[in-house]
Amino acid sequence: MPMMILKRLMMAVPSLIGVVIVTFLLTRALPGDPAAYFAGPAATTEAIEEIRVKLGLDKPLYLQFGRYVADLAHGDLGNSLTTGQPVATEIRNRLPASAELTLLGLIVSLLIAVPLGIMAATRPNSIVDHACRVISTAGVSLPVFFTGLILVYVFYYLLGWAPAPLGRLDVFFSAPPSVTGFYLIDSLIAGNGELFMASLKQLILPALTLGIFSLAPIARMTRASMLAVLAADFVRTARASGLKPFTVVVTYAFRNAMIPVITTLGMVFSFLLGANVLVEKVFAWPGIGSFAVEALIASDFAPLQGFVLTMAVMYVALNLLIDVLYGVIDPRVRIEA
Amino acid sequence: MTNIALPGEGAPTAGEAALKVTAALAPAPATTHNTGLGATLRHARYILRENAVTGFAFALFLLIVLAAVLGPYLVPYDPLASDTAVALRPPSLAHWFGTDQLGRDVFSRVIVATRLDFFIAIASVALVFLMGGLAGVAAGFFGGWTDRIVGRIADTIMAFPLFVLAMGIVAALGNTVQNIVLATAIVNFPLYARIARAEANVRREAGFVQAARLCGNGDFRIVLGQVLPNIMPIMVVQMSLTMGYAILNAAGLSFIGLGVRPPTAEWGIMVADGATFMVSGEWWIAFFPGAALMVAVFCFNLLGDGLRDIVDPQRRT
Repeated sequence: MPMMILKRLMMAVPSLIGVVIVTFLLTRALPGDPAAYFAGPAATTEAIEEIRVKLGLDKPLYLQFGRYVADLAHGDLGNSLTTGQPVATEIRNRLPASAELTLLGLIVSLLIAVPLGIMAATRPNSIVDHACRVISTAGVSLPVFFTGLILVYVFYYLLGWAPAPLGRLDVFFSAPPSVTGFYLIDSLIAGNGELFMASLKQLILPALTLGIFSLAPIARMTRASMLAVLAADFVRTARASGLKPFTVVVTYAFRNAMIPVITTLGMVFSFLLGANVLVEKVFAWPGIGSFAVEALIASDFAPLQGFVLTMAVMYVALNLLIDVLYGVIDPRVRIEA
Repeated sequence: MTNIALPGEGAPTAGEAALKVTAALAPAPATTHNTGLGATLRHARYILRENAVTGFAFALFLLIVLAAVLGPYLVPYDPLASDTAVALRPPSLAHWFGTDQLGRDVFSRVIVATRLDFFIAIASVALVFLMGGLAGVAAGFFGGWTDRIVGRIADTIMAFPLFVLAMGIVAALGNTVQNIVLATAIVNFPLYARIARAEANVRREAGFVQAARLCGNGDFRIVLGQVLPNIMPIMVVQMSLTMGYAILNAAGLSFIGLGVRPPTAEWGIMVADGATFMVSGEWWIAFFPGAALMVAVFCFNLLGDGLRDIVDPQRRT
């Protein structure tokens, strides 16, 4: 098992190198002169020249790349033009908000999609099966920002059940002392039940939006994979041995059907991390997605670049985690590796 | 795609449209039975009878094409003309979808926007077909270094969450519609390259390729003249499956303020415009463009599934 993880870690290295090269190239592709761009519209020629030297833009491209990598190794993602703050600090402060939202979205989606897929597979052509098909087709067709807005309209404006879609906490509350950065966990650690409920209320709609969005591929894959496994000999044997249907479906069939579902999770994460940006904009969520959108509007490139890099590194890490999970779920993968 | 987009004379039924599509796909079967065309037509008819949903999707598709082509000439109001006297009116007989904060007619804007959104989807899918399809076919056919380079490029793109990469590309290259098309094409590149590679790879030693080689054709001629036409059906299916994603991607980018600029009528930007009014109850400004977007994506997805059933029945789920 450790050998497999190590091997898989080595395989992530080329991906990371590719990611760093692409994000570097993205800054060099900036329209016009980056030095003039970073100096701002009111800068004099000397000021631009000075910035060019300061940014190392007068050096050949490979030296610039070397410097970029060296900065990265020190955790330096540059400074934001608008706030003057280091991008890395800003991203570190905002990351927990995004992570909490995305993870909860994924949990919501798994809680709905997996049982739905299993039920659809155990009763083909039943109402549940048709519902599963309709939901998974509709789910991929719904623009995620649109779902979010509809939920806001129904649950905030019409029903008044949800709080205003304005960030992580209502203005009457102050954030819990930061331990994990996840308000749900931090408020529990602080023993503040009221605060927990308040942050949960803010989280429900955006998490549900993300959940609905990522439901379709998971439900579809669970159904297909379960159908294949349920037709296998060992399931028939288990049934013939008189095991309870629930035991057969959940402990025997589902564990074997999980690998393709986990594989889909990789793709789901790609969608979720992207959708996160849109959902954060709809719900004024103070995560790294809205940080990137604010930077976009202000034409502030360093934060955006830091954001793209952070997202890509996280995505590579998640894929790594998924591969390690294979080994935990399916011992055969370990032997092959 | 032009074969689908040209409804021809009169108003063909969905069934006829479907048959035209299949006819366009027909010259391709790798197995050269002389009944190829007839068999495909029979198969298409069977699929349509079995699956009315696909027929419905074709009808919807024609409607979208119609709105894209004729939309600007049909709408009751100028999509850009503001009239603050009637701002923020709910849907009524005069304004079917209501009016927005500047008094612009939402119905006219939704219909007119079809052309731009449809154009972005078609253009990006065509572009990625050219880039990904050709690169993939070359990789699958030649193998070796070509294969390794294409594979490495595809892997690098896949290492990013796709929407995030698209954001980065548009922000870096400049905030224009062309760059939205380009970014959408780039993020879809790995998908196309992989499918084209796999399909070309199994055909590199096929009988017809060897026959073409024996006739003295060069490699490039074989790739373009023999291999590429043979993998067209699969690629066309892939194109209609990714059309929906392309439109969603483009609308998402303009929703966060990239690409299309106001006051241009475009679904994503209209939803963004209406978003602030959702909390105060003026739901129609964001709802109708969002619903149009949803219907279009839904239609493309159904169409893609239907086409796949016709072309590649084994992959039916």
